[in-house]
Amino acid sequence: MVLDYERLGLKVGLEIHRQLNTARKLFCPCPTEYDESGEKISFTRFLREAQSELGELDPAAVFESRKRKKIVYRMDRRSACLVELDEEPPHTLNGEAVEIALTAALLMGSTPVDEIHVMRKIVVDGSNTAGFQRTCVVATGGRVVVDGEAIPIQTITLEEDAARLVESSRGVVEYDLSRLGIPLIEVATAPVIKSPEQAVKAAKAIGDILRATGKVKRGLGTVRQDLNISIRDGALVEVKGVQELELIDDVVEYEVRRQLHLLDVSKRLAARLGGGLPAFNPVDVTHLFTDTKSKVIRRSLDAGGRVMALLLPAFAGLISEEPFKGVRLGAELAAYAKAWAEVEGIFHTDELPGYGITSEEVASLRKYMGAGDADAVVLVADLEHYAVEALRAVYERAAEALRGVPNETRAARQDGSTVYIRPRPGAARMYPETDIPPIPITENYLEELKSRLPETLDRLAERLSRQYGLSRQLVQELIDRERVEIFMEILGKTSASPTVVATTLTETLTSLARDGVDVGRLGERVLLEVFQLLSEGVFSKEMLRDVLARAASEGVSDVRSLVSSMGLAAVDLEEVRRYVDELVERNRSFLGDERAVKRLMGDLMKRYRGRVDGRLLHQILSERVAARTGAAQG
Amino acid sequence: MDGGYTGLCRRLISEAGASIGDEVLVVTRKGEYRGFLMMRYELGAADHIVLKLANGYNIGVKVWDDSRVVKLSESRPPSFRAVEPPPPDPGLPHVAVISTGGTIASRVDYRTGGVRPALTASDLLSAVPELSGIARISAEVLMSIYSENMNPRNWALMAERVDSLLRSDVDGVVIAHGTDTMGYSAAALSFVLQQPPKPVVLVGSQRSSDRPSSDAALNLVAAVDIAAKAPIAEVGVCMHLGHSDDVIAFHRGVRVVKLHTSSRSAFKSVNCEPLALWTRSGLKIQAEKYHRRGGDDYRFMPGFDERALLLKFYPGMSPEVLEVLRERLCLRGVVLEGTGLGHVSSSFIPTLKRLRDEGVFVGMTSQCRYGRVDMLVYDNGRDLLRAGVVPLDNMLAETALVKLMWVLARAEEYEEVKRLMATNLVGEMGGRSMPEGVG
Ligand SMILES: [Zn+2]
Repeated sequence: MVLDYERLGLKVGLEIHRQLNTARKLFCPCPTEYDESGEKISFTRFLREAQSELGELDPAAVFESRKRKKIVYRMDRRSACLVELDEEPPHTLNGEAVEIALTAALLMGSTPVDEIHVMRKIVVDGSNTAGFQRTCVVATGGRVVVDGEAIPIQTITLEEDAARLVESSRGVVEYDLSRLGIPLIEVATAPVIKSPEQAVKAAKAIGDILRATGKVKRGLGTVRQDLNISIRDGALVEVKGVQELELIDDVVEYEVRRQLHLLDVSKRLAARLGGGLPAFNPVDVTHLFTDTKSKVIRRSLDAGGRVMALLLPAFAGLISEEPFKGVRLGAELAAYAKAWAEVEGIFHTDELPGYGITSEEVASLRKYMGAGDADAVVLVADLEHYAVEALRAVYERAAEALRGVPNETRAARQDGSTVYIRPRPGAARMYPETDIPPIPITENYLEELKSRLPETLDRLAERLSRQYGLSRQLVQELIDRERVEIFMEILGKTSASPTVVATTLTETLTSLARDGVDVGRLGERVLLEVFQLLSEGVFSKEMLRDVLARAASEGVSDVRSLVSSMGLAAVDLEEVRRYVDELVERNRSFLGDERAVKRLMGDLMKRYRGRVDGRLLHQILSERVAARTGAAQG
Repeated sequence: MDGGYTGLCRRLISEAGASIGDEVLVVTRKGEYRGFLMMRYELGAADHIVLKLANGYNIGVKVWDDSRVVKLSESRPPSFRAVEPPPPDPGLPHVAVISTGGTIASRVDYRTGGVRPALTASDLLSAVPELSGIARISAEVLMSIYSENMNPRNWALMAERVDSLLRSDVDGVVIAHGTDTMGYSAAALSFVLQQPPKPVVLVGSQRSSDRPSSDAALNLVAAVDIAAKAPIAEVGVCMHLGHSDDVIAFHRGVRVVKLHTSSRSAFKSVNCEPLALWTRSGLKIQAEKYHRRGGDDYRFMPGFDERALLLKFYPGMSPEVLEVLRERLCLRGVVLEGTGLGHVSSSFIPTLKRLRDEGVFVGMTSQCRYGRVDMLVYDNGRDLLRAGVVPLDNMLAETALVKLMWVLARAEEYEEVKRLMATNLVGEMGGRSMPEGVG
């Protein structure tokens, strides 16, 4: 079934987050480049929900604080300081980051605010040691143009990146602090995008503008796209953490199909059920499973757990219905149970008997629960408290199923599907950061920024193609693969040939990837060093592919030692020159004959193939011949 | 309407009849902004109006003569729903919490951006609900001042209030205090409330209690728990031991000093171990000797004579400083914070002699903080001793000053001042010196 998004009233808004490549973090002098190899020290914290002075409790904060986890932080002294520990007040807002954000704002026609006010956005899941993320609006308004249509920008904000989640288990969550505080720019569009394809294009257009500043980070984990998606009669659902552009349309389609299914389910439930659900009443059914063959239940009972059951009247059949891959009410119920009570999962009668639960057990369960054929029963096996909490979450989600689509925050998965993570946060969670005075943005400063706006990627493509005689297509590929930045850096710092660099960064890397080489391991520093060594003549162009393949598969950071270990750099150029001199001396009577010179070149190549670059050999030979004959040679 | 606005902003806002919290439209030559009118921070430029946008963010909007403010709607009065504290359990110990001000006892009013004191019993219990499982809490606001504004009269007021509580049926007293001078106050109370029958626990926080990560909650839990049940009846300070929210150190009031401007582990016991370490699983007593709960040897010994001075010596300091101050402040005593083992420049010797002849007490502590003074090792030290300087062993300079004020209030004669200053009264000096990392 092809979806008619316009008829469905699809509205998508984008929040594009991108790390800025500043020297320092947003509120402290720690570097934004780090490796996670170093020695770590760890410490533990607890966060408390802060009650708003306005008396409102934020639903997302309540969600986290109901779990009250112990938070373990790991830090490396090279990449975090007392500011990240929330034991030193934030330093002044990083001016370099403000400038990048303002530059992006001006490129999108946004209006910078007159004065930046840093806010605290309450986040008590531990991803920020302070219990809030610092964030500020830098500009409002503006647009990006997609296929001639303007998508309005609502806000451009600057915020600190969160700590990286290392692992989470019941009662404990662990984070690494290196990433905390890296500046992030967030560009939020109005919710006016009407199709999955338009969403992809708008995200790319925003990404291209951010890249045009030349000051954003590239590579895995530096971009995060959040989508808010709604359809008519559905709900506004926020999907977080879409890493790749290519996934955006899949996520939108999945979310639309999920909402459609939930709407359909709610209509049918209303017809079947009439009123609402009966009051929450979890029932202990452990005694029905004392001799169970189900491994999951057995393990849980052995650990002192109970089997708790919840009757969902009129739900039979609806829980396991799957109109689109992954879209099932059962998945929603399970996700609530996992998120709120951190149980491993739930069982429901739509999929039973199964998982080692016998039909006899199901029959006695139905009987004990008073469940008719139209009713469903959900089971959770865990310590009693968690089992009850899980069923409470299932109950609350089931009650939502009667109403339609709940407002919630979901996470994107790699296959384009989404999963519930928590309720949507309210506006109650935003407070002023009283440790940082407001930062005025003066007209003079803006004028100065306007006078030196960077060129757009289109202009850049045009310029590079002209400057280096490369095809527009090749340059565009460099841009689309986010390699144009390292391309320019390599050309700026080495004498490598533009064509060789461009084709290596596109065709060669693509073909290596096709051959199963993990080219993601070739960092920009490694690529730069490879071309440095190439243009120094340490190895020859012919060996380029091999060097890259080895560097990627071995994950090396020191290319020079790799090259010498491959036996490529064994040739001393002085030795080469001496040999060429001898050769020229021996053949001095033929030097006027071009064919003879070609033959000498052939001899040299035989001797040095793969060890000395052919161009370099030819250059040395030409020099020596020219010196001998006194004539100009090409 | 004020909200920190002056000049043009103030005029535009009052012409619109708008108040803080109202929804307004601000129209300037740059554009239109719709939002809720917020209070202006003191630090901002005067010609900006602060708005809270619908998405919760604040921005500053610059206004000119031709800008306009339009009031759109009245603010809704905040519907503050304080969580109802559970009824007190009569079986639990009774702890009195006295608030004196500082970070731990204040909340940011986010609607206005201002800071206000908040430490009623219900404030406390709604912020830290687990307190109600530890003790019955009665709370009072004794004063509301930043700790840098504290003075010996405040110490006296505090001591008087604690004295009357110690004579009541409470099981312990907790004093919420700003951290900057909490060490001084702790020392002051230690000398006034000698051998108290119950614990007197000062507690603070390095990060304000409205922050989700504040150290206030755990410090308070530990302080109330110690006040309620600990066998140690001394004046002490409860603060984080390290960077983690797990171990809280209970420091002896005369031995504790704030050694970091912002870290939650800022407070350290110097030249001794903390009295005890508290965790959720119990109290581990570290001190070899301590005063036990429930004794009948309690003595209330109030009074401070402020004619005392703490002077930190530095290379090149002129002895004239001391002479002028002595003259101007009618000093009766001076604590020197000397270098190393307890030295000041030999150029001070004539001045010090004169002070001694005039009956002014001069005691020596070290700016090293760690270790004890010893003025017999070098010639200069011996000369200073001969000039009448009294070595004060391993006493913290801050504690020595507080002690001196307290001693001056009860000893007229120089010899009596000197005797008291050189005698360990409440654990403020003496004890064995331990290598680092061992004790
Ligand atoms: Zn830092």
